[in-house]
Amino acid sequence: MKIAFSTSGSNLDAPLDSRFGRCASFLIYDLETDQFEIISNLQNLTAAQGAGIQAAETVVRSGAQALITGHCGPKAFKVLSAAGVTVYNAAEGTVHAALNAYKAGQLPPTSSADVEGHWS
Amino acid sequence: MIIAMASGKGGTGKTTLSVNLAKAFSQPVQLLDCDVEEPNDHLFLGGELLNETIVSVLVPEVDASRCDGCRACSAFCRYNAIIVPGKTALVFPELCHSCGGCIKVCPQNALKEVEQRIGLIRTWRSGGISLLQGQLDVGVASAPPLIRVLKERIEPDRIVILDAPPGTSCPVVTTLRGADLALLVTEPTPFGLHDLTIAVEMVREINLPMAVIVNRMGIGDDRVQRFCQAENIPVIAEIMDDRRIAENYSRGLAAIDHVPGFRAVMIELRDKITALCRKEA
Repeated sequence: MKIAFSTSGSNLDAPLDSRFGRCASFLIYDLETDQFEIISNLQNLTAAQGAGIQAAETVVRSGAQALITGHCGPKAFKVLSAAGVTVYNAAEGTVHAALNAYKAGQLPPTSSADVEGHWS
Repeated sequence: MIIAMASGKGGTGKTTLSVNLAKAFSQPVQLLDCDVEEPNDHLFLGGELLNETIVSVLVPEVDASRCDGCRACSAFCRYNAIIVPGKTALVFPELCHSCGGCIKVCPQNALKEVEQRIGLIRTWRSGGISLLQGQLDVGVASAPPLIRVLKERIEPDRIVILDAPPGTSCPVVTTLRGADLALLVTEPTPFGLHDLTIAVEMVREINLPMAVIVNRMGIGDDRVQRFCQAENIPVIAEIMDDRRIAENYSRGLAAIDHVPGFRAVMIELRDKITALCRKEA
């Protein structure tokens, strides 16, 4: 199973980006192989609208079945839930710390968007 | 004759002047309240509500039995209003700009256009003034589609006054397009001047004749006038700051009927505007 993280960097020590739609990139971590890949989200940083929707589609296309991010708005959440991606909200810290928290079962899945659109 | 009353800064007197100017004409006037996010011209006319029409835009609807998830629609949509998260497309109508492109590019004919309500147009009558008011539904993000439908009702042979929303964004540009004259209402303050400067740039971009009305004279300074002189923009009225005008506004009354001397000011303005429109025509 693959997990997507919103991040401002490009490795496991990089900080988790609290923004979802307009984060710099996604780190897609494969739990079976313990390998990861980076998918750029830069095209969404300048999107006039719908950044969260596009970012959600990127995550869905990566094959990830879970997303760990800071905050997720209602439209992105709608896309992710339609595709069966579980969303987890994690506090600030590194991707690695969030991954460990997930593995330890410390991150409860969210059942709805935790912020309004355009919150940041 | 189509006159658009605009301003950069809010609260400079667009509505006050639109309503009072409409009442200064002896001929029939069409007054369009294009500030569809919070229309209020009707409060000062006290007219009779004649009718109400629902305005809708077209948005796509997905037939899940036909959609094969090919993503042609989402690749086409620059507004991210349609996306394919799984096997079928998902529409976000509030982001849709009703271009119809997704429907044309869909190879499966899985999309069709359906109506989505965005607001109302109300018609009021008060003496010789017929007021057309757009009112956007709460939660609808985009005002220009409603303003365009409202403007389809313009009868160009009549005297038409467009009361624009404040600012210089899309709803204002949509209101101003096609007008014969843009009147920029400002106040003689640094804020007024700052926003007037941006409004002038916008009107030049749309390429309309324009004139400035300085409202609330007596506050601030003369920088607005100096700016207009340097930019070669006529200042066609300087209206004194008068507490009685504000008091009437707060009671929902048109100052022209209640403040001595104000009718003469509005009639002078009316005649200058008429002359300016003739000159430009």
